[in-house]
Amino acid sequence: MRERIAIVGVGQTYHKSKRPDVNDVEMINEAVNAALNDAQLHPKDIDAVVMGNIDFFEGRYLSDMWTVDGIGSYLKAGFKVHTGGTTGGTVANCGFFVAASGLFDVVLAVGYQKQDACDSRAALMTWSDPVWDRHIHKGAIGLHARRAALYMRASGAQEIHGAMVRVKEDKGACLNPYAHLKLNLTIEDVLNSPPLVYPLRRVHMCPTSCGACALVIATEKKAKKISRKPVWVKDWTEAHLEKAPVPGIGSPEEEVSINALETAATKLYRRNGITNPRKEIHLIEMYGPTSWSELQWLPELHICDLKDSWKLIEKGVTEIDGELPVNPSGGVVATNPIGASGTLRVAEAALQIRGDAGGHQVTREVDRALATAYGAGGWNVVVLLEKNL
Amino acid sequence: MLLFPGKIIMDYSHAAGRVGSRFLAELKKSKRLLAIRCRTCNRVYIPPRLTCKTCFHNMEDWIELDGRGTLLTYTTVYYGEPVLDREAPTTYGIIRLDGADTGLVHFLNEVKQQDLRVGLRLEPVFKNERNGNILDIKYFRPIKSG
Ligand SMILES: [Zn+2]
Repeated sequence: MRERIAIVGVGQTYHKSKRPDVNDVEMINEAVNAALNDAQLHPKDIDAVVMGNIDFFEGRYLSDMWTVDGIGSYLKAGFKVHTGGTTGGTVANCGFFVAASGLFDVVLAVGYQKQDACDSRAALMTWSDPVWDRHIHKGAIGLHARRAALYMRASGAQEIHGAMVRVKEDKGACLNPYAHLKLNLTIEDVLNSPPLVYPLRRVHMCPTSCGACALVIATEKKAKKISRKPVWVKDWTEAHLEKAPVPGIGSPEEEVSINALETAATKLYRRNGITNPRKEIHLIEMYGPTSWSELQWLPELHICDLKDSWKLIEKGVTEIDGELPVNPSGGVVATNPIGASGTLRVAEAALQIRGDAGGHQVTREVDRALATAYGAGGWNVVVLLEKNL
Repeated sequence: MLLFPGKIIMDYSHAAGRVGSRFLAELKKSKRLLAIRCRTCNRVYIPPRLTCKTCFHNMEDWIELDGRGTLLTYTTVYYGEPVLDREAPTTYGIIRLDGADTGLVHFLNEVKQQDLRVGLRLEPVFKNERNGNILDIKYFRPIKSG
């Protein structure tokens, strides 16, 4: 039996490609202070801290140690997690685990990344197998291009559908004061954007951002005291793939599907009696590293069939004023401080349930939302948030 | 069994940050050592940082230290490391500057091995050409009388 838990505070930085004005600790401190202010708490009220970032990007290990003063974790319980691109989602999940254990009343979960410190792609290359893949590994673009091309072939989607998703994400980002890229894109802009690897164009791909995001998580009794609008963390799941499929080397069965997202979602739905996710889920903040990810992965979340996901964007279903908004914040394609990107999905979904998202608040009422996180390292995280207990 | 050699080479750009940049700029410009003080617990930090570790306040009270301090501990390194740019042997120590509550780690020089002891009074020696780096202090040495 676990404790029922809720998110009672969220905070994030303004995201940018470069933050030369602050060091990592000062940047994290901005998000932590925002989350504590949102919850009206002081660090002394926090019982445990979970934090995470991707190793290598900032060129220092033991980030849990040297960020203690910025987070306020001095002499507190806690640990660091790192699961590649999924890190921010795993940070949230581990925060949930710790809070639900009943050992702590209030838990702070913090994800961050400062990608102006190095060439992220060079750092990412250390993910590949030094014996079999490293000589050929070129970062994340090829992997996602291959998946998108296979998705197009399997579903009948055209280039315009990836462009429509990109424009939708940009509309959200332009309304979100914290978002990084605000490009005022048209469909033509996307279709004329320089190609990377077919069908991916430059604007399809997530940027490298600097930023941090913090969640304050509390057990039921505390949550009701702290917040007028606690967002209940109903459940969370994760599933792991085998080694990352580098183009030409990965498993053929992972060509379109990433399996692990489907596995994690199916488990979550089953445990919570969700039989018609298309109707029962009201909003999704999905970790999509490219604009094509949403089209590929909505079927994995059982929102629609593979052949129908591009029809959802055609009909406006996933727009900010649609029936099932997806990434109204602009998503990862607009804002990608990797170690915080998964945490941001949870934070943004929570704000939508509270009705506090501001400019990018969706039109429809949101009682139940999904947040996901993904990483080429293979972890997939799905979080189910609800307005009511 | 086969073993594969590997090598990781990456360039980084580390931000000194809001607080650290002010310290380094002042060191470069005027050889002044600035510490920062927490209003709640009065702890004085050097190098300065934004947040007090126990009080979590964002600190704003800058204090100028005169650079003199007391040696808390020291050691001499007799072997070289490819990642270090100083050749062995080097002596370094933790110095508590007068007016600070934290220790500053730095090199010690102009002192004979047999004269090194905990409690030694020290002063900084600055570079003439400074570029805003903690190594704009070349090293600390025993205070010269007068
Ligand atoms: Zn203090």
